[in-house]
Amino acid sequence: MKSGSNLEKILRAGHFAFTGELGPPRGSNVEAVREKAKPLVGNVDAVNITDNQTAMVRMSSWAASLIAIEEGLEPNYQMVCRDRNRLAMQADILGASALGIRNMLCLSGDHQQFGDHPQSKGVFDIDSTQLIGTVKKMRDEAKFLGGADIDGPPKLFIGGAANPFAEPHEWRVHRLAKKVAAGVDFVQTQCIFNMERMRTWVKEAVDMGLTEKVYILAGVTPMKSIGMARYMQLKVPGMDVPNEIIKRLQGVDKKKVADEGIKIACEQIEEFKEMKGVAGVHLMAIEWEHKVPEIAERANVLPRPVV
Amino acid sequence: MIVAERKPIEEIRAMVKDFKKVLTVGCGTCVAVCLAGGEKEVGVLNSELKIARRMEGDPIETGAMTVERQCDMEFLEELDGVVDEYDALISMACGAGIQFLAERFPEIPVFPAVNTSFIGVNREVGWYEEKCRACGTCVLGMTAGICPVTMCAKGLFNGPCGGTNKGSCEINSDQPCAWYKIHERLAKQNRLANILEICPANDWRNQTPRTIVQPGYQERLTALGIK
Ligand code: SF4
Ligand code: SF4
Repeated sequence: MKSGSNLEKILRAGHFAFTGELGPPRGSNVEAVREKAKPLVGNVDAVNITDNQTAMVRMSSWAASLIAIEEGLEPNYQMVCRDRNRLAMQADILGASALGIRNMLCLSGDHQQFGDHPQSKGVFDIDSTQLIGTVKKMRDEAKFLGGADIDGPPKLFIGGAANPFAEPHEWRVHRLAKKVAAGVDFVQTQCIFNMERMRTWVKEAVDMGLTEKVYILAGVTPMKSIGMARYMQLKVPGMDVPNEIIKRLQGVDKKKVADEGIKIACEQIEEFKEMKGVAGVHLMAIEWEHKVPEIAERANVLPRPVV
Repeated sequence: MIVAERKPIEEIRAMVKDFKKVLTVGCGTCVAVCLAGGEKEVGVLNSELKIARRMEGDPIETGAMTVERQCDMEFLEELDGVVDEYDALISMACGAGIQFLAERFPEIPVFPAVNTSFIGVNREVGWYEEKCRACGTCVLGMTAGICPVTMCAKGLFNGPCGGTNKGSCEINSDQPCAWYKIHERLAKQNRLANILEICPANDWRNQTPRTIVQPGYQERLTALGIK
């Protein structure tokens, strides 16, 4: 066991993992974190705590992670390369581990231009693959990136992101292979709407033997409205929303669109349970945390196994 | 070359508002080629300054000189003696040239007339593109001659981020994704293996003032007792 986290135990035991997401508030509102945490307790194995998501300042990911722990959740502490250099990152990694955080997701982060501080200096001292390698080196070799010894190495289950959709497609599985070589333990994918492309990518990963070294959690986001689907199709970089999804949402009664969105998500989850190479689902119910119990119920992933 | 952009006239006027007689010093190299600070631009700036000050009822006297390269002491020598007649200097060279000019004449205020923008190339007359951030550890060999530090908005070293969008960068659709291009060119050259290995964390040597002594010149500098 590398970290002893619940997520690691679930995956190692061969259970189909189910993780959720919690975006910290834009302020020091502790109650807001607790409110968002409540519907997730007992329904997910771990919950991603985003780090200045979409380049907007929010309560720091490690702080919100600690509140999540108090609420009975296991956090998956996200860290982006945009806002910190390698000293600050390693310091936060040690702090997070010291305070009981056991999963960490390494990301490059959205460009600062998209947030509310577009004038800021993006750091990007190291990239996400290098961050994965850094955490692994700290954990497994008890060494800092610079080579010095660590007194008490961090215990973390190391995560990364994968995007099966962005072109060049050929490169997507190579990029996964690089993250695996860097030491990633699990990856969570971009929100999946193009199932065809996802199947191809997972198959490539299986064929390359990557899925024996990394747990892939498929990213699922229920569409709340046709507007959201269109926005994701046109405006969100790296998203691949096929027209069929939009047509399907348009095909139902207006009041039923959200329900249809959940239905699509549940069908996806059912397929992922059977898909070779997929070890679980990462549910990103964006600002829809209260719907997670319902989705988990309808997708037949409850009760969550206790390991 | 180094690409610069002239500062707005209001900003330059504000810097020299307390001076009656200024010498504008152009540079004949990079900034002349990118149409920001050569002989012609010196003339234009001086007339703009004079007209503005005359209209304000506070006329200014200007002198004009353009040296071959302000980043080379040899060419700054021509200014010895000349500058003594002026209250201040305006330099139209890049930041390096401006600092060298200020170093040569420490008694007299020197003001920048341009914003030094980047190391770049000439796409078309009047159109320049950034290409290099002088990071000090060049990886162009790995990346098919496309700079990931400059051309990737996140300066990534290990391939495209999740935001890459049909060949465009996530920051906007007019900006090509550097990693898409790197992949495309390496594939064409049958060298994709280049980027399958992990590129380790970069050595950001451009964070401290750097000096270079080219091999073969060290002895001479030591003999001169300089370095
Ligand atoms: S890698 Fe560094 S030196 Fe090479 S082109 Fe890019 S910024 Fe310049
Ligand atoms: S889209 Fe491409 S160029 Fe833009 S930040 Fe991502 S990898 Fe870099």
